[in-house]
Amino acid sequence: MQAAFPLVFAALLFCVGVFGVLSRRNAVLVLMSVELMLAAVTINLVTFGLLAADRGDVVLTGQIFALFVLAIGAAEVGVGLAIILLLYRNRATVNIDDADLMKY
Amino acid sequence: MTLLAQIPPLQIPDIAWSAISPELVLFGVGILALLLDTAGPQRLQASFLVFGFAAAGAGYIALSTEQSVLPGLVGLAALGQFALTAIWRDRPRLLSALLAALGFAGAIGVTTWQWGAYSGRLVGADAATFVGTDSLLGGMVAVDGVALFTRVTVCLAGLVTVPLSFAYAEERRIHRGEYYPLLLFAATGMTLLASSADFIMVFIAIEVLSLSLYILAGFAKRDLNSQEAALKYFLLGAFSSALLLYGIALVYGVTGSTNIAEAGRAFSSLDAPQGMAVAAMALLIVGFGFKTAIVPFHMWTPDVYQGAPTPITGFMAAATKAAAFAAFLRVFVGAFAPLQWSWTPVLWVLAALTMLAGAILAVVQNDVKRMLGYSAVAHAGYVLIGFVAVNRAGVSGVLVYLLIYTFMSLGSFGVLALLERRNHKAMAIDDLRGLGRRDPVPAGMLALFLLSLAGIPGTAGFVAKFAVFRAGIEAGHAALVVIAVVSSVIAAFFYIRVIVAMFMEDVPEGVAAEAPLAPSTGMSAGIAFSAAVMVAFGTVLPFLLVDLADQAATFVS
Amino acid sequence: MVALATAVGAVLAQTPVADPAGAAASTGAAEFWVFWILAPLSLAAAVSMVVLRNPVHAALMLVVNFFTIAMFYAVLEAQFLAAVQIIVYAGAIMVLFLFVLMLLGVDRELPTRVAQIRGQQPAALLLGALLFAALAVGVAGPFLGADSACNAPPDAVAAAGADAQPCVGLAAANEEGNVRGVARLLFTDYVWPFEVTSVLLVIAAIGAMVLGRRTERPEDLVDGRGVRKEPLRARAARPTGSTALDREAAE
Repeated sequence: MQAAFPLVFAALLFCVGVFGVLSRRNAVLVLMSVELMLAAVTINLVTFGLLAADRGDVVLTGQIFALFVLAIGAAEVGVGLAIILLLYRNRATVNIDDADLMKY
Repeated sequence: MTLLAQIPPLQIPDIAWSAISPELVLFGVGILALLLDTAGPQRLQASFLVFGFAAAGAGYIALSTEQSVLPGLVGLAALGQFALTAIWRDRPRLLSALLAALGFAGAIGVTTWQWGAYSGRLVGADAATFVGTDSLLGGMVAVDGVALFTRVTVCLAGLVTVPLSFAYAEERRIHRGEYYPLLLFAATGMTLLASSADFIMVFIAIEVLSLSLYILAGFAKRDLNSQEAALKYFLLGAFSSALLLYGIALVYGVTGSTNIAEAGRAFSSLDAPQGMAVAAMALLIVGFGFKTAIVPFHMWTPDVYQGAPTPITGFMAAATKAAAFAAFLRVFVGAFAPLQWSWTPVLWVLAALTMLAGAILAVVQNDVKRMLGYSAVAHAGYVLIGFVAVNRAGVSGVLVYLLIYTFMSLGSFGVLALLERRNHKAMAIDDLRGLGRRDPVPAGMLALFLLSLAGIPGTAGFVAKFAVFRAGIEAGHAALVVIAVVSSVIAAFFYIRVIVAMFMEDVPEGVAAEAPLAPSTGMSAGIAFSAAVMVAFGTVLPFLLVDLADQAATFVS
Repeated sequence: MVALATAVGAVLAQTPVADPAGAAASTGAAEFWVFWILAPLSLAAAVSMVVLRNPVHAALMLVVNFFTIAMFYAVLEAQFLAAVQIIVYAGAIMVLFLFVLMLLGVDRELPTRVAQIRGQQPAALLLGALLFAALAVGVAGPFLGADSACNAPPDAVAAAGADAQPCVGLAAANEEGNVRGVARLLFTDYVWPFEVTSVLLVIAAIGAMVLGRRTERPEDLVDGRGVRKEPLRARAARPTGSTALDREAAE
């Protein structure tokens, strides 16, 4: 298998995530799309780790980085869902188009 | 291949404690403040426990290594926190605030000590790089002039934010115990970001500071604006972090290393996937652009700055920008130097757009806080001039600008916090009419900060602008400097509009019954300190600051 | 699905690399097929997550996607990550998402109060497609040629000739087991980022607590003793406006 396959696949997955962020209006789903983007990046990192090994660097840097990304993504979800719940409690909606109090 | 059949023992790495000491101080004080707040009635016992453990640890170190300075300091700090807890055991927030202020002051002290220890290794003016390339702790932490200078900037911002926050948070009834610890954690993330020498650290540090700031932006959680600010900041921040991360992954793919300096070496020796490198750079510009509020990526800025609690807004505008620009500099000048032909024009255009759009959009605002938010965008553009120059003067200019901007921003948002505290509402420009007649001192302070933001000669803002403009002209970007001057003129219009409203117009009908301003000691101290620094840097000692920044831009660890 | 499970099983059985040389030679074909079976499945799950109207269905699609991504990790010689992905993401995080969706009771896309920006979805689609085109050209180009035929079946490597890079994979790094290799690095070279990540988790915990707490005692919102006792009454007497600040102060 050529390294290009997982890389292109990850790029595709990332762009699906970008599309999700830009098109979904439900804040929870936007957050899920962001998680999809992060997952795509971790595939990239792991694949590049394999390639780096082929160049002679025999360290698992890519995997370690991916591990950090997983941990950080989890923390982000925790805070994000807390913010969304807070908003829902006061407005009974999680639609991001409804968050429009501040305009000029 | 059977060589490694037996398991080799784990090599415990050497920890360069001195390199990470400011972060340790900030985080340690944050955890301590959190602990003492959570302990409730058992506060004194908890504090004594901390003192006991710290003293025992310090004693052990003193006996085993025969050092006396570091254990002595640790013991003294432990004793100090116990004394403070004993005195203010019934005033948990005051205790937290004092600890936070001492923590910021301590971090500044430690950084100053680092400065003294490392600046001995000055390199000549002809050295090829002026952003540190060597690094410590497995290549994770850079100790160079940019890192140290930015650490001081961030800690000064925190130090001023604490007194500004106290009475404000009290008045808005948002004075939860987590406020000061989160402020310290955000500052920890910023100092980490400023000193990260590895892309992994860049990403983690950005997340540390962003998560703290998402929470702080939503800290006034019954205020719908504050909630909205938190949501917008969070969604856009998470999105931009993902883009930044993709860029970092591509850099790792091209160069096979996550270390910034090694990536730079790989780029310069590369005959290589240019397409991928350019894609990586584009994504990194977008990611950092979101964090520093550069124009096409500034959409969150006015909303978040308007909705967040006012002292937090000042802190965010100043310190986040300083830290993010330090990392931006290190990544682009450190790693992408060989590809400079491709990113300088892009940043040139972004700088021009940022300055013009920020200034023009600020003109049409009515809410003062929002106007200052847009002005923060414009200021990011001025900083970018120093960046685009890519020379020593440019780096020095960026550092000077960010330090001076810290005080301008905190000072002006501090005065706004003071006024909001009295009026119990967000301030529109109309609310400021006649302020100069009734309360000449705060109005005068605000005028001073606004004039400085406008960059009128004789103020510190002028020193800052002069530093970056000089660098821009030296690097041959005269057109950009002309755009910056045009933008400054537009910006001066709305700063002066506020000053005119304060001093030349009458108090509108119906607000004469307002209570007199009752500034708290903390707020007065914070604002007065900012103003004093402004005046000092603007008139007496600009050269001292510029010299320090020049030195910071020169030395490589 | 049975074929899929068999193939995945085959990969998982081989890659723990008891015999690195043999594994490196034999993984090629299995990896190839696992990839081509999983990639469409994963993409389909991702796309349906983004377009399905019912948020709960979308969340379930994301679970499927995370599972396939875990399989990819296994194929790419990251067994520890595969386990973490399933336990943390497909398990814990997705339960959290579903829990929140159920708690909100938004098991359908709510009608919007304001009109959506017209043409936003096509614009998003266009932007996504453009981004993909740019990324694919940038990313795939350097790794599509024969000289990057890494992880290819042995005959492909042979066909590429002497110019081909050797397909070493992570066999050497994973020699003492992937988990041990990761752990060794995590506690030596990457010990500082590891510690900083713990700071991040502290912040996340505090944040969830601060923002999620529903009822707060009034004395927790101000400094304890020694502060003015009267402001509550004084506040009530003050004429209150309709701004958010006022509403908050009145509470």
